Amino acid sequence: MSDDAVKIPPAVSGVGGWLDDRFHGARGVRVLMRKVFPDHWSFMLGEIALWSFVILLLTGTYLALFFQPSSAPVIYHGSYTKLDGLTMSQAYASTLNISFDVRGGLLMRQIHHWAAIMFMVAIMAHMLRVFFTGAYRKPREINWLIGVVLFTLGMIEGLFGYSLPDDQLSGAGLRITEGVAQGIPIVGTYISYFLFGGEFPGTAIIPRFYILHVFLIPGIILALVTAHLFIMFHQKHTQMPMKGNTEKNVVGQPFWPYFLLKGQAWFFFIFGALAALGTFAQINPIWLYGPYTPLAISSASQPDFYMGILEGSLRMMPAWEINFLGHTLSLSVLIPALLPLGIIFTGAALWPFFEQWATGDKSFHHINDRPRNAPVRTGIGVAAVSFYAVLLLEGANDVIANAFQIPLYTVTWISRVAIFVVPIGGYLVTKRICLALQRKDANMLIHGVETGWIRQLPNGEFIEEERPVTEEERAVLEARHDFQPLPSEEDVDENGVPAPAARGPLGIARKFANRAFTETVAVPEGHGDGHGPAHEAVEGNGHGEIEGGEHAAIGSHEEQ
Amino acid sequence: MSETPEEPTGPRRVIGTPSPAPKAVDTPTESEQPAFSAEPENVRHAKNAERLVAALFVLAFLAGCGFIAAYIGLEIGTATIPPGANPVVAVLRSNLGLGISLSVALLALGTGSIIWVRHLTPNIEIAEERHELRSEPEERKAFQREFAEGAAISQVTRRPLVRRTLLLATAPLALAPLVLLRDLGPLPQTDLRHTVWRKGLRAVTLGGLRPLQPADISTPGSMITVIPEGYQDDDDALAKAGVILIKFGPDELHIPTNYDGGTLVSTMNWTVDNIVAYSKICTHVGCPVALYEQTTHHILCPCHQSTFDAANGANVIFGPAARALPQLPLMLDSAGYIAAASDFTQPVGPSFWERG
Repeated sequence: MSDDAVKIPPAVSGVGGWLDDRFHGARGVRVLMRKVFPDHWSFMLGEIALWSFVILLLTGTYLALFFQPSSAPVIYHGSYTKLDGLTMSQAYASTLNISFDVRGGLLMRQIHHWAAIMFMVAIMAHMLRVFFTGAYRKPREINWLIGVVLFTLGMIEGLFGYSLPDDQLSGAGLRITEGVAQGIPIVGTYISYFLFGGEFPGTAIIPRFYILHVFLIPGIILALVTAHLFIMFHQKHTQMPMKGNTEKNVVGQPFWPYFLLKGQAWFFFIFGALAALGTFAQINPIWLYGPYTPLAISSASQPDFYMGILEGSLRMMPAWEINFLGHTLSLSVLIPALLPLGIIFTGAALWPFFEQWATGDKSFHHINDRPRNAPVRTGIGVAAVSFYAVLLLEGANDVIANAFQIPLYTVTWISRVAIFVVPIGGYLVTKRICLALQRKDANMLIHGVETGWIRQLPNGEFIEEERPVTEEERAVLEARHDFQPLPSEEDVDENGVPAPAARGPLGIARKFANRAFTETVAVPEGHGDGHGPAHEAVEGNGHGEIEGGEHAAIGSHEEQ
Repeated sequence: MSETPEEPTGPRRVIGTPSPAPKAVDTPTESEQPAFSAEPENVRHAKNAERLVAALFVLAFLAGCGFIAAYIGLEIGTATIPPGANPVVAVLRSNLGLGISLSVALLALGTGSIIWVRHLTPNIEIAEERHELRSEPEERKAFQREFAEGAAISQVTRRPLVRRTLLLATAPLALAPLVLLRDLGPLPQTDLRHTVWRKGLRAVTLGGLRPLQPADISTPGSMITVIPEGYQDDDDALAKAGVILIKFGPDELHIPTNYDGGTLVSTMNWTVDNIVAYSKICTHVGCPVALYEQTTHHILCPCHQSTFDAANGANVIFGPAARALPQLPLMLDSAGYIAAASDFTQPVGPSFWERG
């Protein structure tokens, strides 16, 4: 604002001046205040995770004031009279006390648990948004990797957290953790013994998980979240393809005052929603489960949803076990414990680099892709989501069997087939849908937008009115980044030797992947003003078809 | 297209939300600051929005006061509530009072803030220039040169002896944290191969710690969980030694088999009066196998649904468990109570590398 339009209050000139004398901050803070935040609803997903984490820190600190991480036995005489006189661990007794003898304790416990679930949901939704829009591309690969690590840490942090109250359900989870640890070849038994301080359950695990849960892992998460935000700040946001948005600018509203107000509103909304959940939606009622005893269990023992994928893969696995040279390799534990999460985490971490390798695309990208314009990526994303979904659903196979009256073993057999069929089918179908949507976009650029208005011509013919696409629509439709094909086998030098990159099994694999990536429907050229020659030509017969062959379109369009 | 607001050109179909008010876009530069006004375009609209925001903030204030009132007014805990009052109901009331007031306060603040930013502040967008992330080539060169110079001055590149001995010196220190973890627990030894069961140790019920005679489990098809007598408070022992007793009808029990060490043996003589004892610890990952279906004699683990056929040596018929439930040899002690004839003849519970 110009100087005369606004009066500078003495607080700003006085306090600000005092601080600037000491820190030389005026320039830096000004840059921060004018930092542009592009506006799109999907950019709020990561923010949900951020605010959930803040709420987790607040409520968790409160809970730690009352919780006693100890397996030492006590006889309970608190306000939950149904368990009066029972011997239980201090951890369980203090969790009962938080719930029944600390005012607001139950509310804080429930908000904490809901916030943990919200944190993981938001991370997943945010990761999917980043993946499907290609926002992980150069230069943002490192931030994507940090995100993958945060996702992993969130899972571990959650597992440790819900193991702490030492109720029947959390104890069952720990027992499974022990069984999985023992299934690891060579070092498994040692890992289990070192983790539990001897045999299961022992007395060491709760204090150990506690310090990891309240100090080490949140510390690492906090550090990585900070790095994540600083890198995002430094590299600036991506933005959606829209009129006025280019690779050279960031369009949006400045931090001060817009984003500050919006961020504040969003924090209050998320906290309010979590408080409402904590008020009305009971979660983890540990007093109903009872204290942990090694020989009790209830059916429908499900962990929190973010561990459901592990539970599902354990349930799905057939009984494979190998005995050799006096050793046991428990594949029915090892494979489900490591393979699905390994595929998802490793796959997510390697994807940006795989995409660069397969497409040869090393350019910077600040404008996001529409998912339809990257059919292979979108297809792989859908395959990953469906892979995850099948495992998650199988984790609740007993609930599904009960709810739909399907035999339990049938549910498991369906999932054993579905884990292979659904992701592959999902990929193929999604890719076709993407290409069809590209064709629709191309159609729209040539013919215009269908209005739904039907007009009868004097000769009796009915036609549908179409209007030309607007500038805004054209900006979106034409915002495409098509991959260029790599040198093919025809690209041989004068001696008939193919290019080095195309040789060997790796080169062939790359060529194969490249062919999939470059399959696309071309954006029709020469329609910038809606009166180009091609436009006329297609309009000429009134029923022009887009060249349907995807292969014919390869490389026919070049993004500037 | 529903993604972008459309201008009314030609016959238009009404889709989705109405297009938002046109945005003022400007591109500020360092030298020329835009002179945008804080005055609203529509004074009446702004006034209404202001009243609404203020009303929401007042609501948040009242709800916040309500939270404090609920904290003071709604007592919980048997020590403070009137004698005879239900402590669970007291917690429920307190949770509702605190939760509703907190939710209302926070949601009112959020709603107020968002109405404020959407209806009181003018809708201004700015475009910021995106600078190239990579440094200028000269800058890079200069960095590389200075870095190489510094490395040369430090001698680290020139004196490999110093460099290598430094690496050598840090190696054991880097391992030290791992070494320090050694005392986290004892070495496994052979604990996993044994349980506390031994010859003559009575089996008592888990709930009542009552020893059992065969006549106590006379109904065919009944299942009962038992533990070794005297170990009811030893969770470490119970986590391996839990046992289920299943009573069969005269012809229902097929001759069971079980591994005795490495060899498969007939274990009909391990039963007492058609009562068979199996380990309650699942051979998959160690959950208690707690569900028993009388008609089919199937034992089901509720965690991952490994299913064992109790009438056939508890062999696996479905699910991820790879091995039958180990069978505990039974006998009757001198007083006629059911007792173990020995420890389990193979490790119970999940597989582990050294199991063999």
